[in-house]
Amino acid sequence: MSDATATFQNGVLILQGDWKRTAPHPDADQFLKDNPIEGPWKIDASQLGKWDSILLSFLSKVLAYGEKQGNSADLTQLPEGLRRILDLGVYGRKNATAQRRQQDQELSIVHKSGLFGLELKKTIHEIIYFTGDVTLSLFRLITFRSKMRWGDFFAQVINCGPRALGIVSLISFLMGLILAFVGSIPLKWFHAEPYVASLVGIGMLRLMAPVMVGVVMAGRTSASYAAELGTMQVNEELDALHTLGVPQTDFLVLPRFLAMTLMLPVLAVFADIVSIIGGMIVAVFDMDLTAHAYLNTLVTTTRLNDLFVGLITCFVLGTLDACCGCYQGIHCGRSAAAVGKITTAAVVYSIVCIVIATSLITVITVILKI
Amino acid sequence: MPDFEFPIEVSHLTMAYGSRVIMDDLNFNVKKGDVFLVIGPSGCGKSTLLRHLIGLQPPAKGTVKLLGQDFWAMGETERQKFMQHIGILYQRCGLWSSMTLAENIALPLQLYTDLGEKDIQEICSSKLELVGLAGFEDYYPSEISGGMQKRAGLARALALDPEILFFDEPSAGLDPVSAMNLDQLILELRNSLGTTLVIVTHDLDSIFTVGTDAIYLNPRTKSIIGRGNPKDLLKDPPTPEIKEFLTRAGGR
Ligand SMILES: Nc1ncnc2c1ncn2[C@@H]1O[C@H](COP(=O)(O)OP(=O)(O)OP(=O)(O)O)[C@@H](O)[C@H]1O
Ligand SMILES: [Mg+2]
Repeated sequence: MSDATATFQNGVLILQGDWKRTAPHPDADQFLKDNPIEGPWKIDASQLGKWDSILLSFLSKVLAYGEKQGNSADLTQLPEGLRRILDLGVYGRKNATAQRRQQDQELSIVHKSGLFGLELKKTIHEIIYFTGDVTLSLFRLITFRSKMRWGDFFAQVINCGPRALGIVSLISFLMGLILAFVGSIPLKWFHAEPYVASLVGIGMLRLMAPVMVGVVMAGRTSASYAAELGTMQVNEELDALHTLGVPQTDFLVLPRFLAMTLMLPVLAVFADIVSIIGGMIVAVFDMDLTAHAYLNTLVTTTRLNDLFVGLITCFVLGTLDACCGCYQGIHCGRSAAAVGKITTAAVVYSIVCIVIATSLITVITVILKI
Repeated sequence: MPDFEFPIEVSHLTMAYGSRVIMDDLNFNVKKGDVFLVIGPSGCGKSTLLRHLIGLQPPAKGTVKLLGQDFWAMGETERQKFMQHIGILYQRCGLWSSMTLAENIALPLQLYTDLGEKDIQEICSSKLELVGLAGFEDYYPSEISGGMQKRAGLARALALDPEILFFDEPSAGLDPVSAMNLDQLILELRNSLGTTLVIVTHDLDSIFTVGTDAIYLNPRTKSIIGRGNPKDLLKDPPTPEIKEFLTRAGGR
């Protein structure tokens, strides 16, 4: 086995030796620097041994250089196999339809902020459009003109409701325990132990249960909405629906949206009950209260308003969760990486929306003294 | 790797999804340097056979030997090393969507060779030129058309100069000129590098242009009902189905 060499003499490029990628081989750029090709030239491969891609990539670079200078090589004397493969490359370069892309240039800060602004404008437009779409779709539902399939809706209800009970009860039980346990410490200082029930009751009913259920469902269900719709986008399933004349909001968004919005309050009520039980366990075993005393305090100090505020919050958060998931899914790019990105975005935006919405609702209820 | 007269040996292969048998007791060898076609009606199990040959699916019964080795008798590391001797073009391309075309082609080279980054880039460019995608190095798979993805997938399959190439419907989605060029390329690869090719195809033109050997799978009998050079099969069809298939239902 001899080393690969390339020499250029009197318009002939002489290739010798074995050109294998496992062995050392000449570098095309260096070769062109040493031998600037001028005038007509040809390739002599009579002493060429074994070869693979390395030879092809070397020759394609040298040939491309020649072509750019207007000196195409004469390939007719090459062995048949090599010549035809090089011909394909020549054909490919001649018919190239793309310029190699510029590498990412350093953009100025003005340019970047301009791009950001344009992107923001587009996003805002899309969000408004999406909201309008969902509203129209709801309107069609009310007037019995919707193409929503009720089977889809019930499947989603089961997905958002019963299937989520496990995780919701686990977390709400823990929340009840923690609230009662942490609250018991200062309450003991003031000998106000019975009020641990109010702490758990008001805390969970009004705020903690909705927020917690909202966050759990953002991670559990918004993400799955986004991933599912995003994958449908990748597989051209959304296009297929569109060309069939089915509004994707009716068919895909609405069942998910309704299921989430309706089931979130139900889950929250369930979470309320489980967390109250959790609190009761601490009250009975750690604070020497009777279950009767605990429940009595709970009923006398917790108002129905607390429950209503909580349920309304849930309703709002459910809407936001569903919208974030579906919006992200529908605006997915066409690749696996895009699906990953929008799934992350769905969860992040859901949680941000939850925080903002809960804060607003809290401020409003404080002002209205509800 | 020593030379093998039969780089692919299949004996008593039964393929099944769960309890549903797709093909029963297949026996065939593929000769070195052949362009071996797997043909048959849609849904007969061609892609499934290919998945068995490239070790993606374990046989329900029987063995598949590639270059004298049984996939399923190898250890995990051995198997990974072995994979560099075969190149595959999937029916849906299988390009990694988070990487540019150049990165797609570069990955096998980075994994299995000691080449420097510059050499790798040059090989990527020349492979793309070969399949008529010069200049598309920095595009993402989602930014090019279906037929172009097919060709990019081919370029990736060629990256390591494999000894056996598997193509699942390479010419689907290509225009006639590109399809012809692809056939040409396939022949070049075989003639100049001695690559063995296994091709699943429906394209009659390329069946007759490139094929040197073929098996015809019949889903009803779950077996091979025709074997040999497609031109001979056309001249002397063993069964009416094959005649119908090869003459485009009599239209040829
Ligand atoms: N993942 C799977 N699970 C169960 N059955 C499958 C699976 N993939 C394929 N099949 C079945 O196996 C059979 C063969 O499928 P395969 O994809 O191999 O067909 P094919 O010959 O490649 O068809 P085509 O020419 O349309 O690509 C089909 O009947 C199909 O229903
Ligand atoms: Mg198939």
